[in-house]
Amino acid sequence: MYKYDEYDQAIVDARVDEFRDQVRRRLAGDMTEDQFKPLRLMNGLYLQLHAYMLRIAVPYGTLDSRQMRMLGHIARKYDRGYGHFTTRQNIQFNWIKLSDAPDILAEIAKIEMHAIQTSGNCIRNISSDQYAGAAADEVADPRPWAELVRQWSTFHPEFSHLPRKFKIAVIAADEDRAAMRLHDIGIQLVMRDGELGAKIFAGGGMGRTPMISHEIRDFVAADDLMSYLEACLRVYNRYGRRDNIYKARIKILIHEIGADEYRRQVEEEFAAVKQLGLDPPRAELERITAMFAAPAFAADAPTDIDRSDPDFAVWLDQNVKPHKQPGYAIVNVSLKPIGGIPGDASADQIDVMADLAERYAFDELRVTHAQNIVLPHIRVADLKAVWDALAEVGLAEANLDLISDIIACPGLDYCSLANARSIPLAQKIAERFADPARQRDLGELKLKISGCINACGHHHAGHIGILGVDKKGVENFQLLLGGSGAEDVSLGRITGPGFSEDGVVDAIERVTDTYIKVREGGERFVDTYRRVGMEPFKEAIYG
Amino acid sequence: MADGFDPDQTTMTDSGGGVQLRFRDDEVNEEPAVTLDSFLIGQSNATAVRIEPGDDARALLPSLDRIALIEVSFPSFRDGRGYSVARILREAGYTGELRASGDVLVDQVPLMRRCGFDSFAPEAPIDGDTLRRALDRYDFHYQRAADASVPVWKRRHG
Amino acid sequence: MKLVTGNDLPSGDVIWWTGNGWSRHVEDAVDAGDHAEAIARAEEASRRVNVPYVIEGVATAEGPRPAHIKDRIRALGPTVRPDLTLKPADPNAGNWVI
Repeated sequence: MYKYDEYDQAIVDARVDEFRDQVRRRLAGDMTEDQFKPLRLMNGLYLQLHAYMLRIAVPYGTLDSRQMRMLGHIARKYDRGYGHFTTRQNIQFNWIKLSDAPDILAEIAKIEMHAIQTSGNCIRNISSDQYAGAAADEVADPRPWAELVRQWSTFHPEFSHLPRKFKIAVIAADEDRAAMRLHDIGIQLVMRDGELGAKIFAGGGMGRTPMISHEIRDFVAADDLMSYLEACLRVYNRYGRRDNIYKARIKILIHEIGADEYRRQVEEEFAAVKQLGLDPPRAELERITAMFAAPAFAADAPTDIDRSDPDFAVWLDQNVKPHKQPGYAIVNVSLKPIGGIPGDASADQIDVMADLAERYAFDELRVTHAQNIVLPHIRVADLKAVWDALAEVGLAEANLDLISDIIACPGLDYCSLANARSIPLAQKIAERFADPARQRDLGELKLKISGCINACGHHHAGHIGILGVDKKGVENFQLLLGGSGAEDVSLGRITGPGFSEDGVVDAIERVTDTYIKVREGGERFVDTYRRVGMEPFKEAIYG
Repeated sequence: MADGFDPDQTTMTDSGGGVQLRFRDDEVNEEPAVTLDSFLIGQSNATAVRIEPGDDARALLPSLDRIALIEVSFPSFRDGRGYSVARILREAGYTGELRASGDVLVDQVPLMRRCGFDSFAPEAPIDGDTLRRALDRYDFHYQRAADASVPVWKRRHG
Repeated sequence: MKLVTGNDLPSGDVIWWTGNGWSRHVEDAVDAGDHAEAIARAEEASRRVNVPYVIEGVATAEGPRPAHIKDRIRALGPTVRPDLTLKPADPNAGNWVI
């Protein structure tokens, strides 16, 4: 894991001091809310439906037990005993006082965390593959590159007032576990002639106008990456639209001028900025990479496992994934108990996960964009003990990637932008499909719910997606089919007229019944949809 | 001067709308700035030019050695195009006065300094104490920009 | 009826205009009528409230209620966590919200 040196720490400490000063000036009336808002947003502080909400960055989704415990402490001391893990691998607290926010930032700075650029029109927290460093299919650990990008983007003086927010993901495998193609810039590490470099995609995103990114460069060497990103961002900062907030993301710029023209402008800019000495030396990437060296895995860890407990066996099959090191496994901790709130974890649950990471997982945890937690390096021989401990606090739901593993934004229960409540709907769907055997029969089925057009719940990328809208003051839900945020990326299509909350649950059941009728072989739901198209589902839903 | 704010070496007045802050010791250019279009079309003997957010600052590059003042307009503090304008001009070797004018807020001045601005004409006067703290706050910066600050990676590796 | 609402600046709590001040309980709200916008502006200027705005309300036997679901949820708390609402001990407290 990355460890701060004196420079990193000084920068984060200075930020705490800066925000304390800004909050003081706001409370004293020296600044209007209009002036303060961009400043607090750049520190992840929103004013939501019931209170201020603070979003703390979890860079590339990686944290250690000490940091995880601090999140539990924040939940207890400053919030109401819980936190919410987000689709951008961060955590947010819903009940924060503005007057406490500087103290919270000071507390998390002590364990090398911050809330820098978790909102606002700037480069946001870098997201990555939750299996980084553990997956067998990666060409390298993507996180050192993500850390390089984190440092480059932190308080970047030129790119702190962009037309709109800017999200970057870094992955290093062909299997895309980070929705990389739906980011403003996606970086995929690839090997070329024995050299590790970056393939660059740009112009993806969800929101009001979902788009899949375009490949704009097949290879950028490590020594050029910052210059290249500088060029990408400068073209966007200069020419991204500022006349209409809904058209200000880079995806609209690239859509309007075309990927070829964007690429040409970036190349021209890159040729100029490459001369400026913006790129850190290779030694910096090496310094960071050394901190992500594989932990001391036992070479001869036993691989056999007692599957006699049927509940444990089901969890093994559903939530545990193969590790690159024989004798180890990747454990997915579901934050989606049937009837629970997707992504929420109590302070006590947070502590248990921290303890398990410290004892069994080389002190590492990951947050996933599907709002679950990963214990990345668990000895196979320890899986039963980990499962027992998780089960004790309600964290052993065996539903990874099944229909009840629902991504849901906070929706109208918490969010001031929302038009409809996402959480109660997620709860109703999970309860309707609560039977574990039925869920497993339906197989991989990614269901994603957003409470408004901003698409924090990734509804465009759901095999089944749901968008909540406001229909004359009443919650209404549109149903989408066929999206994917993975390497088979696609955007869902709306089935037709929307539904009430109960109506959409019924409609989903008609969709899954249809799937069971028409599926062939081992087809997943989304494969069947792609083969047979919308019609049979539409027919079943609307008759 | 270095990054820090030193009132002894910096002109600071409280004339709202005019130049309040200057990080240069040459004479203030009193010539009214002409628009970029005017400069390009016929007034290329002017030495002060005003850039609006939609203007392409690169059009000035062939003439930089004849210009003493470039005023970059910020009609709204949210519009960040002027930051790129400043970088582009400084990267091209412009050494004259680079002024940020308009809706410029105290918390933005350190970022603008890093992009190469060395004079400020904010609509609303900037509080001197707040500015001093803001300019002195960060000892280190991660990235190289248009100022003299040594990036953290350079400090780490020499 | 017109209700004026906003958030308390330091705490972020949802607050309602009572005619001479602000309350966390929507029951205390009053119909601000034609003066609603002026009250919102004056109160924001005097920093007694953060980002106030005017909404439609309806009068009920239990007091004023916001007309729109968003402000009804603001007035009580999250519908999915009755324990965190303003009336955690009353299981029927949320009946009027949805």
